[in-house]
Amino acid sequence: MIGARRLRKAYGYAVVLDDVSLELAPGQCLALLGPNGAGKTTLLRILATLLRPTSGELAVAGVDALKHPEAARAAIGVVAHGSYVYEDLSALENLRFWTVMAGGDASWARLRSALQQVELDGAADERVRTFSAGMKRRLALARVVLGRARLLLLDEPFTGLDQQGRKWLSEFLLAFKIGGGALVVATHSFASGLGVADRVAILAGGRLLLDRPCADLSWEELRRLYDGLTELDGALA
Amino acid sequence: MTFYARRTWIVLWKDLLTERRSKENANALLFFSLLLLFLFQFALGPDRDRLRAAVPGLLWLGFILAGLLGLGRSFMTEDHNDCWEGLRLTPGDKSAIYLGKLLGNLVMMSGVEVVLLVLFGVFYDVELWPVVGPLAVVLPLGTVGLAAVGTLFAAMTAQIRARELLFPVLLLPAQVPLLLAAVSVTQAVLLGQPLADVAHWLKLLAAADVVYVVIGVLTFEFILDA
Amino acid sequence: MKATRALGWLAVVGVAAGLVAAFGYAPREAVQGNVQRIMYLHVPSVLTAYLAFALVLVGSVAYLVTRRVGWDRLAAAAAEIGVLFTGITIASGSIWGRPTWGVWWTWDARLTSTAVLFLVYVGYLLLRAMVEEPEARARYAAVVGIVGAANVPIVHFSVYWWRALHQPATILAPGKAPLAASLGLPLAVNALGFALLFLYFLTRRMEIARTEEEV
Repeated sequence: MIGARRLRKAYGYAVVLDDVSLELAPGQCLALLGPNGAGKTTLLRILATLLRPTSGELAVAGVDALKHPEAARAAIGVVAHGSYVYEDLSALENLRFWTVMAGGDASWARLRSALQQVELDGAADERVRTFSAGMKRRLALARVVLGRARLLLLDEPFTGLDQQGRKWLSEFLLAFKIGGGALVVATHSFASGLGVADRVAILAGGRLLLDRPCADLSWEELRRLYDGLTELDGALA
Repeated sequence: MTFYARRTWIVLWKDLLTERRSKENANALLFFSLLLLFLFQFALGPDRDRLRAAVPGLLWLGFILAGLLGLGRSFMTEDHNDCWEGLRLTPGDKSAIYLGKLLGNLVMMSGVEVVLLVLFGVFYDVELWPVVGPLAVVLPLGTVGLAAVGTLFAAMTAQIRARELLFPVLLLPAQVPLLLAAVSVTQAVLLGQPLADVAHWLKLLAAADVVYVVIGVLTFEFILDA
Repeated sequence: MKATRALGWLAVVGVAAGLVAAFGYAPREAVQGNVQRIMYLHVPSVLTAYLAFALVLVGSVAYLVTRRVGWDRLAAAAAEIGVLFTGITIASGSIWGRPTWGVWWTWDARLTSTAVLFLVYVGYLLLRAMVEEPEARARYAAVVGIVGAANVPIVHFSVYWWRALHQPATILAPGKAPLAASLGLPLAVNALGFALLFLYFLTRRMEIARTEEEV
C-alpha cells in the first residue's frame, strides 16, 4: 500500500524529516508515535501527497505518488485536524459534495447509510455548524469511507474524544483494517494509538528511530524505549 | 455527465447553496452597489449631463469595484476547517473546481450587474431598456474576462497573508484592456450605435475572454497544488 | 564569474558605441532638434523591456513544466530588469514629450501601453515580495507571469484603438515600419548595446539570486 524510501523534507537548512523509509501492506495498521514537533504531521502530509518531499521516493497504492499524485489520491483518505466540512451545509450535503468530488456514487440512500454507520443519521439534515468536534470527526470518517479510500491517514484522531468516543473510533478502525484497508495513525498519545496497531514506529527529531511489529515488544519495553529514545533525541537536538 | 462535468457542477451547487443559506456576500454586495451610486453622484457633482456622459465608464467601474469585493472572496468558504486541503486531496483534473467557481462568480456578477443597471436607470435617469439587447451582448463579454482572471487570482491570494492588498494590485492591470473595450462598446451602445460599428472591440473582448479562461483552466492546478 | 565579467565589458563597449552613434553619427533632427536623440535611449529601452518580459514568460512556463528553480530565477531577474527598463522608457518618453508636445504625459497609445505593462510587472514583483515560501512564490509568480504576458498583445491592441495621438508607432505598430538609414543604424547599434547590457544585468542578477538562496 505504501512504499516510502528515504524521504527527506527540508525548508532551507531546517531539516524536518531525514531519511525516512517505511512500508505498509493492506490490512495493516501502523501507529506512528512521537513527541510534538517530531515531524509526524509532515510525514503524514507527504504520504497524503499534500506536501512534496525534498528528496526520496514514494509509492502509494501501486502508483508513483510523486509523479502522479492525482492517481494516488483516489485511494487515500485523510482524517486530520481540519474536518473538511462546510459549516452552512448539512451533514448529508457535505457528504454529497465530497463523494461526488471523489468520484463515488452519491445517491442519497448510500449517503444516509454511511451516516448510519457512523451513528450520525439522526443529525443528517442538521447544519454542521451545530456539530460537536466528535461529530465532525465521525462525519469525516463517513466521508472517507464513501470515497472508497483504501489507505487511511489519521493525525491525532483520538484527541478531543471522550472514553466512549475513543472506543467507538478504535472499533471503526479495526473494522476498516479487517475490510482490507491500510491505516497510519499518528499520535502522541501512547495508549490509544497502540490499540489498533500491528506495527509501531517512533519518529523523533525527523528520524525514524524504531519500526517494529507490535507483537515483538511488550508494553513496558515499548514504553521504556519510547521514553528513552525521545529523551535521547531531545538531548541531541 | 462526465466525472469532470459532475465535479464542476457540484462545486457550483455547493457555492450557490452556501450563499443562499448564509447570504453574507449577496446582501453586502447589493448594499455596496447602492453606495457606489451615491459615491459616483457626489464625486461628479450635480450636473446631470456630466454624469450621463460618464455613465458607460461609471458602470464598468462599478462592476470592477464590486468584482474586487465579490471575486476576492470567492474562496473564502474554503478557509474554514481546512477545506482547501480537502479539495487538494480530491482526484481528477483540478480545473473542474476552477470552472465551478468561475460559473458561481458569473452568477454573482450577473446579479450585481442587473442591480447596478436598474439603479443607474432609475437614479441617473438613463434609458436602458431600448438598448437592452446590445447590452446583453457586451455585459457578459466583459464580465467573463473579469471573472476568469479574478477567480484565478482569488485562488492565489486566498493563500497569502496580504490578500486584500495583492488581489486588486494584480487584478486591475489585467483588467485595463477589458475596461477600455467594454466602455467603448457601452458608450457606442448607449448612443444608439449598432453593434456592427464596434465589432472590432467585441472581437477583442471575445478573444481576451477565451485566452483568460484557457489560462485559468491550464494553470489552476499549479495554484492549488504543491 | 569570468564569462559574466566578459559580458559586462562587451556591454560597456556596446553602450559606448551606441552613444557615439547617437551623438556623433546620427544627424540632428530638423524639427525637434537635439532632444530627438533621446529616441536612441527610449526605443532600445522599450525593446529591451519587451525582451525581458518575453523571458519572464519563458521562465514562467518552463518552471511550471519542469519545476527547476533556475527557470524561476530567470523569470524573477528578467522581471526586475524589465521593470527597470520600462521605467527608463516611460521617463525618457516623458522627457522627450515635454519640449516636443508641451506636456509631461499624454495618454497616447504607446506611452499608455508601456505604463500598463509597467503596472502589470510591478504587481508581479510585489507578489514575489509578499510570498515568503519559495516554492509557492515561484508557482504563483509563474501564473501571474503567464497572465501578464498573454495580456501584452491584448493591451497593445486595445490601447492602440483607444487612442492614436502618438506618431503612428514606427516600429511596433500593426503595419510597416519606415525609417531612414541614417536614423536606423544608430538605433540598431543602441539596441544591440542595450541588449548586451540587459544580458549582463540578467546574468549578474541570477547569480546573486543563486548565492542568496545558498546562504
